[in-house]
Amino acid sequence: MRHIISILIENEAGALSRVAGLFSARAYNIESLTVAPTEDPSLSRMTIVTNGTDRIIEQIVKQLNKLIDVVKLMDLTEGPHIEREMMLIKVKAATMAQREDVKRLCDIFRGHIIDVTSSTYTIELTGAVSKLDSFIEALAEHKIIETVRSGVTGIARGEKSLHL
Amino acid sequence: MELSGAEILVQCLKDEGVEYLFGYPGGAVLHIYDALYNQEDVKHILVRHEQAATHAADGYARATGKPGVVLVTSGPGATNAVTGIATAYMDSIPMVVITGQVSTAVIGSDAFQEVDAVGITRPCVKHNFLVKDINDLAETVKKAFYVASTGRPGPVVVDVPKDITDPSIKIPYHYPDKVAMRSYQPTVKGHSGQIKRAVDLMLSAKKPMVYTGGGVVLGKGSDELRKFVRHLGFPITSTLMGLGAYPATDKQFLGMLGMHGTYEANMAMHDCDVLIAIGARFDDRVTGKIAEFCPHAQIVHIDIDPSSISKTITVDIPIVGSVPDVLQEMNHLLANSSKKPQKKALEEWWKIIDGWRSKLCMSYDRNSDKIKPQSVIEMVHEITNGNAYVTSDVGQHQMWAAQYYGFDEPNRWINSGGLGTMGFGLPAAMGVQLAYPEDTVVCVTGEGSIQMCIQELSTCLQYGLPIKIVALNNRYLGMVRQWQEFFYENRYSHSYMESLPDFVKLTESYGHVGIRIEKPEDLRAELERGFAMKDRLVFFDIVTDQTENVYPMIAQGKAHNDMHMSPYSAPAQDSERELS
Ligand SMILES: Cc1cc2nc3c(=O)[nH]c(=O)nc-3n(C[C@H](O)[C@H](O)[C@H](O)COP(=O)(O)OP(=O)(O)OC[C@H]3O[C@@H](n4cnc5c(N)ncnc54)[C@H](O)[C@@H]3O)c2cc1C
Ligand SMILES: Cc1ncc(C[n+]2csc(CCOP(=O)(O)OP(=O)(O)O)c2C)c(N)n1
Ligand SMILES: [Mg+2]
Repeated sequence: MRHIISILIENEAGALSRVAGLFSARAYNIESLTVAPTEDPSLSRMTIVTNGTDRIIEQIVKQLNKLIDVVKLMDLTEGPHIEREMMLIKVKAATMAQREDVKRLCDIFRGHIIDVTSSTYTIELTGAVSKLDSFIEALAEHKIIETVRSGVTGIARGEKSLHL
Repeated sequence: MELSGAEILVQCLKDEGVEYLFGYPGGAVLHIYDALYNQEDVKHILVRHEQAATHAADGYARATGKPGVVLVTSGPGATNAVTGIATAYMDSIPMVVITGQVSTAVIGSDAFQEVDAVGITRPCVKHNFLVKDINDLAETVKKAFYVASTGRPGPVVVDVPKDITDPSIKIPYHYPDKVAMRSYQPTVKGHSGQIKRAVDLMLSAKKPMVYTGGGVVLGKGSDELRKFVRHLGFPITSTLMGLGAYPATDKQFLGMLGMHGTYEANMAMHDCDVLIAIGARFDDRVTGKIAEFCPHAQIVHIDIDPSSISKTITVDIPIVGSVPDVLQEMNHLLANSSKKPQKKALEEWWKIIDGWRSKLCMSYDRNSDKIKPQSVIEMVHEITNGNAYVTSDVGQHQMWAAQYYGFDEPNRWINSGGLGTMGFGLPAAMGVQLAYPEDTVVCVTGEGSIQMCIQELSTCLQYGLPIKIVALNNRYLGMVRQWQEFFYENRYSHSYMESLPDFVKLTESYGHVGIRIEKPEDLRAELERGFAMKDRLVFFDIVTDQTENVYPMIAQGKAHNDMHMSPYSAPAQDSERELS
């Protein structure tokens, strides 16, 4: 099963490599990993999307908790949660027809065109992984020049939270 | 008090109560060596190879329970130490390794003798640090000792760039009494509800079995364990790493379990209805075939590391906590419980176990005209009254030492179980002998293993370490040869040791005593003669039967009730199958 694991980790050099190294050394899957500092500059928040059997997920959680730099951890998929990923996508938009159709699709998906040239549009789109995938599919008729995705971030719904 | 980084480092070790520092100098640590020059509190032991420094510190830690401390230079010093760090990591041994590093200004520039020590050691340490500011040095050292020696112990590396130890930069020194780390708070006390459930289950068990491991030794839980097992009257077995925590000579002890465990221990594992695992990690050398592991048992598991629990075998009652704390609570419950263990069922269970015992699985040919390795270990046990510290290398000799020495006390059996590092035995013995100068320290080794760290004979002379090296010389990488005999139709590919040195002359050239023993009838007298030389290192080069195998043996991936038995053990009886 797919799991989204959120971690608060000491914001120290090497902390990221400990997590990445753990996944490769123990042959755990890693679909995406995002990391950035939090409002407390001594802490980073990391979101890892992984998949595996219940036994493997249990080990992943335990092994992550065992890393000395990991302060707190939560498996978001255990409860209601929100997941978001951001994508920037550069699409060919040279002819009038292309420009109109790309704009229309972008509106349908509630994206924003954030950069325009005479032959391209760059669109910013945020949502769940499946929404971003669908947008790429919807653009099948068009020429995608470049995509960049942030990887998933997430947060629990309601009162539940991951903080110190 | 204003001190340089180098002086701070040495002062930290003093404040930490470090007796011995095992090390080897080089450019990146010269400032530190200079700070070591004019003091006597921390005694530096100059090894002949950095691998040996780590093994010696490791041996010291295993024998004393205190963290071993190592100092090596950057680059090759650090890489040479890696094998010893990984060895300690696999067996959860507390150790602090200080590695020199190139100056902060040139880190990352492929400077002379630069390696990414933090990166290289990351997968085989409990934690590691790179000190980038002299103001962090003392606190980092404190954290290193704290992390290494609490919770599930393990090695910690502190990488110290040369400029941090610069003698011209001095700052006020203060060694913290305590550290608090918000990200590291090991659990010691077990969950009371779980402990109660476990005790209830034990009291209803008809065929119980206690399976203990290195965690009992590491956690200093031997006394509570003895109380616990005697109160319940249950049979007990131990992994290779836990030997001595419960006395081998006690009648409730069934011997070691696993690949080279006894028939009775493995059969009892297979048939038990309640298994109580204490500080053991269900290693594959112990479980054999996972699908057929303890097929009838409900399992209780006490371990300080949650990631050891249900890693390979799913357990029914997990208890996260330290062995002595959890067992103390259990002993208290047991003492105050109105329920008693199932007396009648236990009597039946012991009858079955005695049936397995009567197979005498440890029998070997006692009338051979060749020296049998098992007999050497038995004789060493006799001569040392069973209370020597015994280190070993890796191979058949290691298994015979584990099987035939019969350890009655914890911290006496010192070997590399998890990594299985040949070359461990002699340097580990140095660490033990330094810790206990008055005790007998024996290194059981093979002619293959001893050559991996033989240079340490020189260190032994320098510090006057009267270790007794018992080399079971079978002219084979015996453990490899045994597998080739069993599983590769006797194709002995590169397992024969040719061109061996004359170990007696070699030992003598290092300034020690060498004794070669070739005939069974000379064994006792020669061993006694050598062991009587209390203040000399003696190397016994003992020519043993080349073709002897370690029995019993469960082939890899086979179940506990599927063992290769010694041809000298009692033949299977018909009644035995019924009993089991
Ligand atoms: C040639 C060879 C043959 C071998 N054959 C065998 C064999 O036949 N049988 C055998 O048993 N082994 C054998 N081994 C050793 C094997 O590889 C493992 O090293 C060993 O089985 C592991 O022992 P353990 O389970 O006690 O774990 P250890 O590695 O000693 O781990 C200790 C466990 O205790 C926990 N712990 C630590 N401190 C505490 C505490 N204070 N409180 C609670 N828990 C704590 C740790 O978290 C860990 O889970 C062999 C090795 C070699 C090299
Ligand atoms: C550093 C290292 N290399 C290789 C091995 C694999 N290995 C395990 S036992 C063994 C043979 C050991 O031979 P010896 O020391 O003579 O002991 P014996 O088995 O003959 O008693 C080997 C090569 C190992 N454990 N460690
Ligand atoms: Mg040999």
